This record gives sequence, structure tokens and C-alpha cells, in this order.
Amino acid sequence: MSMDLDAHRPALDDIINREKAKGGALIPVLHQAQELYGYLPKELQDYIAEGLGVPQSTVFGVVTFYSFFTTKPRGRHRIGLCLGTACYVRGNTKNLERLSHELGVNAGESTPDMRYSLEVCRCIGLCSQAPAIMVGKSVHSKVQPDQVADILSQYE
Amino acid sequence: MTIEELERIRTEARQILAERGERFLPDGELKPPRPGEVRVVLRNCGQIDPKRIEEYIAKEGYFALHKILNMTPEQVIDETKRSGLRGRGGAGFPAGQKWFFARQALASRPAPADGAPPAYLICNGDEGDPGAFMDRAVLEGDPHSVLEGMAIAAYAMGATQGYVYVRAEYPVAVEHLQTALPQARRLGLLGKNIFGKGFDFDVDIRIGAGAFVCGEETALIDSIEGRRGEPRPRPPFPAVSGLWGRPTSVNNVETLANVPQIFLKGADWFAGMGTEKSKGTKTFAIAGKVKNAGLIEVPMGITMREIIYDIGGGILNKKEFKAAQTGGPLGGCLPAKYLDTPIDFESLVAAGSLMGSGGLIVLDENDCMVDVARFFMDFTQDESCGKCPPCWLGTKRLLEILTRITRAEGTEKDLETLEYLTQNISTASLCALGQGSVNPVVTTMRHFRDEYEAHVRDKFCSSGVCKGMFHYEILADTCNGCGACRLKCPDKVIKGAKKAVHEIDQANCIVCGDCYKACKFAAIAIRPRPTPKSKLPECG
Repeated sequence: MSMDLDAHRPALDDIINREKAKGGALIPVLHQAQELYGYLPKELQDYIAEGLGVPQSTVFGVVTFYSFFTTKPRGRHRIGLCLGTACYVRGNTKNLERLSHELGVNAGESTPDMRYSLEVCRCIGLCSQAPAIMVGKSVHSKVQPDQVADILSQYE
Repeated sequence: MTIEELERIRTEARQILAERGERFLPDGELKPPRPGEVRVVLRNCGQIDPKRIEEYIAKEGYFALHKILNMTPEQVIDETKRSGLRGRGGAGFPAGQKWFFARQALASRPAPADGAPPAYLICNGDEGDPGAFMDRAVLEGDPHSVLEGMAIAAYAMGATQGYVYVRAEYPVAVEHLQTALPQARRLGLLGKNIFGKGFDFDVDIRIGAGAFVCGEETALIDSIEGRRGEPRPRPPFPAVSGLWGRPTSVNNVETLANVPQIFLKGADWFAGMGTEKSKGTKTFAIAGKVKNAGLIEVPMGITMREIIYDIGGGILNKKEFKAAQTGGPLGGCLPAKYLDTPIDFESLVAAGSLMGSGGLIVLDENDCMVDVARFFMDFTQDESCGKCPPCWLGTKRLLEILTRITRAEGTEKDLETLEYLTQNISTASLCALGQGSVNPVVTTMRHFRDEYEAHVRDKFCSSGVCKGMFHYEILADTCNGCGACRLKCPDKVIKGAKKAVHEIDQANCIVCGDCYKACKFAAIAIRPRPTPKSKLPECG
């Protein structure tokens, strides 16, 4: 996988230099780097390791440990389907099947045109509005399978 | 900041609140209190604008902090002990005791030579239990109450630096905290020499990255230090050697939000609520098959029946209550016989479950208990940090067995293996995640053994959840031929004339369940298949 590190290099250097002085800088830096680039490929991880003076293995270990970090590029719209307990018992697996069918991808994958990526998440705290789906930062609550296509069409 | 200035801000802000006259937020997921509720932690949520510190001050905000700065740290600890406040994160450890241990450890050690903070206070906002969202509600709706609680706790234990560790899944909570911190600093309620009493305390935010295990305090400390979150053996407890090796107290959001109220209204007021050993109130997030899902706050010692039926409005769609799942993935499923047990830390543990963070998911007759156990095992096996083999290998094996049973491939030997494994995993794991991971299996096997047996012996799932282990039949003596099921059936396999008994063409039915949901006369029943259809095993 190759990527263009230069796209945001000044901003990235700023982040590294700002956080470096504080203890436990790695996770905040990874958060902000992922915000900039959208994902954390090997080249970016190595650059951060170099900048913070920590082993590449440590960076890789942290990136792979936490589910929020991704090493694969994501679509423009991140669909987070909640499979927390309340959403599960209220039937969100049916919505997942429908989403997967509509988009032609499985959970954890992105559509070839990079419009959507489909992810399953564990409880987004919307239990009283179950079953819930998040697209980007917007919340769709009490979703029924028949509404799925309509929701998707709202995001270009 | 002086007390006079704080009083002046309070007077002005009260004026603004009086003019506004109503709740800041219209009724959303946090409804106005229902009969039987007592709001302490949630008192300001929805009432005030969480982005304006003045509105918090109008509600007596930061007055408790001023009050305790005129007391000694020892007095603050004693008062907290006397109130009986216990940790709301799940384990229920007495908060005052925790601060006492940290203070004791701090006194016995020299201060760091490089001027680093001598001790830390961490607010645990890594609310990972699926089904619990009270910490999100408090952080979003009343962030200053948590910050004030943190400052009081820090003064008691001797910390000068605090961290709020919040989940990345809660962007609004993070945003509101990021707004609250500079406001408190600007008014001198955080920072150096607070209220001119020589007490320094500041707070930083750390955002989690999606690891359930980081709710465990030692893993959380690892995560703040920038590493993979893997629990450490205790002792040494964080109170002795925590963040960067210094005395540290890790307290839950809800615990800390209680603290200012305890000092405003007094320890006796707080201790006057609840049961003998569990004082105060507890927030519960009721969800699942219940009419009024949402967040509630009730005195400890209330029964599950009162929560589910009186406050929650009962079960959805007139179905039968089957179980309440409390304590999240490390808790258990409690059947109807526990409905009248008073809820407190001890009684839930005695029943094989946990208070946990207060998630309460109501399950009805259409929830399969084996599948629920499989669901939780899928969660814990995914979230096991990988440190202790009994946990990361054991949960994987449990998941495989439970998956097999829900696919009609289970045997009676599997039930024995489940029992054997659960005992070993809970004994041999280091942290609460491994030890508690087996609770959903243990409690469902204890209380719903018949369902497990029906799954392995008769390959029958009586709840109609496990695919291939049941089918639907129309009951000839109940069906009135209304035709609702026939119209709803996506594959048109239901036949029957109007006002005549209908019938499902079993050979072509895909068992989607639409007819079962459509029938208003309970004329469609879940029955064993004549020949159970097992799925082919998956490769790998």
C-alpha cells in the first residue's frame, strides 16, 4: 500500500511536536493523524514512530490493539451499525443484512467507489432509541430494514 | 475567584434561568423524572445549558468545592466515608476508602524530583458496557458536575493533575468537556491556587480508542500512558502505584458527579437513601423489550419489578417477561423470580449477576437465552486483551461451543464442557473481564437449563431465534382467517381463504417471522421442525 505522506506533512509535524512533550503522546497523535489522513497505513505509522522516538513495533501494537484505529482507507461516509445488546435484541442484525445487501459489501469493508464503509460497532449509547445506526456523526434511530435504502440515499 | 464573585455569578445566572423558565432541552432520551425516581446525578441534565458554566453555578455549582477547601483533606475523606458512597463503575468499592489509600501512599513517598505531579485523579468515562449510557448523559448534560467532583476528590487524595478518559464513540461528551475545561480555568475554578486556598488542580482529556478492557482501571492507566491497555496484577493497587508509578485514584463518572451533592447537602442526607450497605441513588439505563426505554435514577434497594413495570411501563407488545440482563457483558441474566429482589451491589452478586454500570436490558419470550449467552461471548472474546490464556483461549472455545449449539450442532457433552470451562476461566483470569466473561453463560445455564437442553437434545429453539431450529405453524383452533399473515408473507407461501384457517407451505417457507409478528391473535406458534435443518459447518 502506498500513500502520500506529504499531503498533510506540516500539520502532522505540528501534531507530533506539540504532543511529544507530554507523557503518553502516542494515542493522541494517532487519533489526530487518523483524522488528517483517514487511516493509518504502515508508512504513516513508521513516520510517527520516528517522530516520537518509539519503536515501530510499539506503534503497530497500539494501532492493532484499539478498534478505533484502522490501517485501511475508509469510505466518505462511515456507517456504524450498533450491535450493542439493546440494538441486537431489537433486531439490528436484520438492518445489517439489508445494508450489506444494498451496498454489496460485508461489515468491515468499503464500497469500491469509496462512498460508504460499513462497520459494526459495540454500543454507541443510543440504547433507548434502538436499533440505531450512525452515518458519520448523524444518528438514525429506531431503524427498520425498509428504511435502509432511504437513509443511504441521504449521503452522497 | 472568591466566594463573593461566585455568588454574584449565581445571582445573575439564576435571573437568566428564571427568564428562560423551562428545561434547556426539550424531552429527548432523558425524560423528566417519573414517579419513583430521585435525581441526584442527573439533576441538571436537560435542565441547564451544559456549555455555560454560569448555569451550573446557578445550580449551586462549585459551592461544594469552596466549602471543602475550608476543610482538611482528612475531613473530606471521612465525610465521604460517612456518606457510604461506593464506586458506581461496577465493583462498588467505597470511594472515601480509595482516596484514603492513595493519600496514605502519597505521604509515605518523596515527591517526584522533576516537579511532576505527585499523584493523579482519573475520571473513568470509558463506558464500554453495551446497554449503559448514563456516563454519556452526565458528561454531555452536566460536565461541570464531574469536574467539580474531580477537584474535590483530588483535594482529598492529594492529586494535582487529573485526566478524564472518555470513549471516542462519544464525540458530544468530548466536545462539551473541551468547552467546560477552559471555562473553569478562566474563572479560576481549575488551575493554580483555587479560591486562594493554595490548592492546585488541572484536568486533561484523554480519548479512548475503542477497547472495552480499558474500563478496567489498570488497563486504563496503560492506555493513558500510551500503550496497549492490558490489566496489571494488583497489588500494587493504583492507589499505591498507578499512573507513571504515582499514587492514583480512578473513579467513575457517576461516582464523581455524586460528590458535590454530598458536600452541599451533607453525608447524612446521602446515607439516608438506599439500603444498609448501598447508599444513595443509582442510574439505570433500561432498554430492550420495555415500553419506556431510557435513563432513570432511583434509590438503591428498589426492586426490578418497580423499575421494569412501574417506571419502565412493562413489556413491549404484551409479551411475557423472560429475563433482565444486568451488569453488561460481565453480568448475568436474571429470571422472573428475582423481580422482587431489592437491587443493590450485594444482592445482584448473590444472584450471580453484577450491578455493573447499571445497564438493564429486558428480554422477552422471543429472546433465546443460549443466543444471548453467545452474543455476550462474541463480545468478550473480541474484547479480551490477549494477556491471560484462560481468558483469550477460553472465551474463544466458549464462543465456538455456543455457536455450535445455536446452529443445531450441539451435543450434551458440550453442556458439560461449558460448565468445566466457565469454572476454570473465572478462577484463572487476572482481571474482571476474564473473571466475569463467563457470567452470562453461568447464569443462563443456571436459570434456563431447559433451553440449553432443548437446543442440544431436540434441536429446538423455543424462542424462535436460532435459525434452522424451529418453524412456524398456524394453530387451526385459534386462526380466524383474517389474512394478515398471508398479506405480509414476502414469498406468498401462506394459503387460505378469507375467514378460513390458513396454512403455511413449510417446504417453501424461509422462516422470516413476518407472519408471526403480523398475527394479532397469537394464532401462529413456534414449533420444532420435524427434521432439524443443520447448517454446514464453516471452514476455518
